[in-house]
Amino acid sequence: MSAFSAVLKRDLRLARRAGAGASLGLMFFLVLIAIVPFAIGADQKLISRLAPALLWIAALLATLLGLDRLFQADEEDGALDQFLLSGGSLTMLVLAKALAHWLVTGLPLSLAAPVLGLMLAIEPQAMLPLSLSLLVGTPALTLIGLVGAALTVSLNRGGLLLSLLVVPTAIPTLIFGVAVAKAAAEGRDFAMPLTVLCGTTLFALAISPIAAALALRQARG
Amino acid sequence: MTDQTSGSLLRLANPAVFNRLADRLIAPFAVLTLLLFVWGLYGAFFVSPPDYQQGETIRIMFIHVPSAWMAMFVYAGMSLSALGTLIWRHPMADVAQKCAAPLGAGFTLLCLVTGSLWGKPMWGTWWEWDARMTSVLVMFLIYIGVIALQQAIEEPNRAARAVAILTLVGAVNLPIIKFSVDWWSTLHQPASVFRMDGPTIHGSMLGPLFIMGIAFLMLYITLLMLFMRAEVMNRRAERLELLAAEAD
Amino acid sequence: MPHINIAGLPGGFLTTFSSLRLVALGLAVRRGPRFLFRGLDMSLASGQVMQLTGPNGSGKSTLIRLLAGFSPPDAGTVRLEGAGEEHPGAFLHYFGHREGLRPALTARENLAFLAGLLGGDEARIPDALGKLGVARLLDLPVRVLSEGQRRRVALARLLVVDRPIWLLDEPLASLDVEAIATVSGLVAEHAKAGGMALVATHQPLAATNATLDLSGRREAAA
Repeated sequence: MSAFSAVLKRDLRLARRAGAGASLGLMFFLVLIAIVPFAIGADQKLISRLAPALLWIAALLATLLGLDRLFQADEEDGALDQFLLSGGSLTMLVLAKALAHWLVTGLPLSLAAPVLGLMLAIEPQAMLPLSLSLLVGTPALTLIGLVGAALTVSLNRGGLLLSLLVVPTAIPTLIFGVAVAKAAAEGRDFAMPLTVLCGTTLFALAISPIAAALALRQARG
Repeated sequence: MTDQTSGSLLRLANPAVFNRLADRLIAPFAVLTLLLFVWGLYGAFFVSPPDYQQGETIRIMFIHVPSAWMAMFVYAGMSLSALGTLIWRHPMADVAQKCAAPLGAGFTLLCLVTGSLWGKPMWGTWWEWDARMTSVLVMFLIYIGVIALQQAIEEPNRAARAVAILTLVGAVNLPIIKFSVDWWSTLHQPASVFRMDGPTIHGSMLGPLFIMGIAFLMLYITLLMLFMRAEVMNRRAERLELLAAEAD
Repeated sequence: MPHINIAGLPGGFLTTFSSLRLVALGLAVRRGPRFLFRGLDMSLASGQVMQLTGPNGSGKSTLIRLLAGFSPPDAGTVRLEGAGEEHPGAFLHYFGHREGLRPALTARENLAFLAGLLGGDEARIPDALGKLGVARLLDLPVRVLSEGQRRRVALARLLVVDRPIWLLDEPLASLDVEAIATVSGLVAEHAKAGGMALVATHQPLAATNATLDLSGRREAAA
């Protein structure tokens, strides 16, 4: 457990030290949302209708940002070797990295979403469900991305490839995440998509750290 | 860490054995494939009647449906190969997977293109975001991801294992993606477009469809053997080149 | 690792591991068309400092990484005798070309991370840096350190985290004469206290009491 918290603490500290840290992903999120009216036009009704989808797509892209360096930096400076000597399971350490990543990307996004929702004229009753859907769903995005990051750890410019690997797998999360917010905006019951969204996150939590740890080990063979 | 001396003997022997077998089988398999295609296509175009609703366009089905079958079948085969690579580190499993991926992607693309050609007369549009086509599109993206990862990692052993893990992750996720896309499509049922509830397949169509399915399968096996043989020879040549370079 | 608390007592915690032995049998590593080595047997026991030599490309780094358990050999086995069921990785230090330090963090933060990860004692960081002659660098970010300073900071983890087996790959690279003597002394002390070390280096190492030479072991694979 101390190895887990050591990794978590270090990654959070690194995120803080890297300048903007948590706010960088948030700024990216904001920029994406800000260009929407320029692309779609200032049609309030249309933007309002698209808002949940736009926020979710922005969240997906913001999560992908920087994911390619998640393990690469540790591989390059030799920290990954030390991970293997901790005597504990690599899966837990990989999970610690995922948690750190989510705390600086997914969590701030979820909390900021209602404010950005205001800019996109989202229905007031959809505000909290949207935030909730992001809070429940963004961990799945990080976890799925984790596997992609582990698979591309040895590649210099793996960013583009990473997106190609991660995005198709993130489709279920996207579908049910948007469904929660949409149902709420239209005043329908959103319990079902929310439950399935929780399910996809739990499933990703069960599978991804193991697959990522396996990929990291295999990459050294 | 187990003793792998016997494993390394197998490693050397297997590809050679495979190539000898492939040398003998490829020609008869190719002939058989050709005969099946002639038989199947004859049945599809001359024996089977036009559909009472869709007319002659129904004949696209004889290409479209078997390629959809193959798209799934090839991925299932790749998943088995992936297990072979990860668990037994079997070199031929890696060769099989590497050669199967482009074939699977090809069948998937064929399925998408024929689906699009079929959709134009039926739905009045080249592309329809219906559940089936969307799922196949996602499957195509996953195939592309597998191939891209394979080409991106230079060291063959690392590439093999990374691709094996990705293939299995994809295999686990495909049913979930399929489920979510089905659910999503019921939510977004477009109202304006004419839809059909799947063609009721006339008995006289089933025969040719079945033969076309077998023909596609044989085509796949033949091409896979051809590709695998080339890959084995390629790897051997690379090894010999390295050895020669050392001797200089 | 409960043994760590014994550190500091006369003789150190390492005497607990006097029965520990790192044994490799019939190791083979293949690179493309040839074996780097084949049928390699070796054993490292308490009190031993083994110097690993051989020309560039003879597989020194590969052997060390293999002993650390980072990658499996193509044939042969690596065993840790006397360690019970515990993860062999928990008994060894690996020090390689890549030092495992993050430029953005200070020397103290980097070592504290390694202490947490590997089960060491953070309180020992200032002393450890002092022994390596870089006590002043404690709160400087690693980014501003020179190559030699960085390696000394990295080597300090050998003292912050107690591990009986040291696998050191070129630990003396970019160190000055004084620092080389210091490191050599640390290795000797470690062996005397019951630890063991495998050191790949071309420089003469005073503490050496065994050698393993990898030259001339290459052979073509069938």
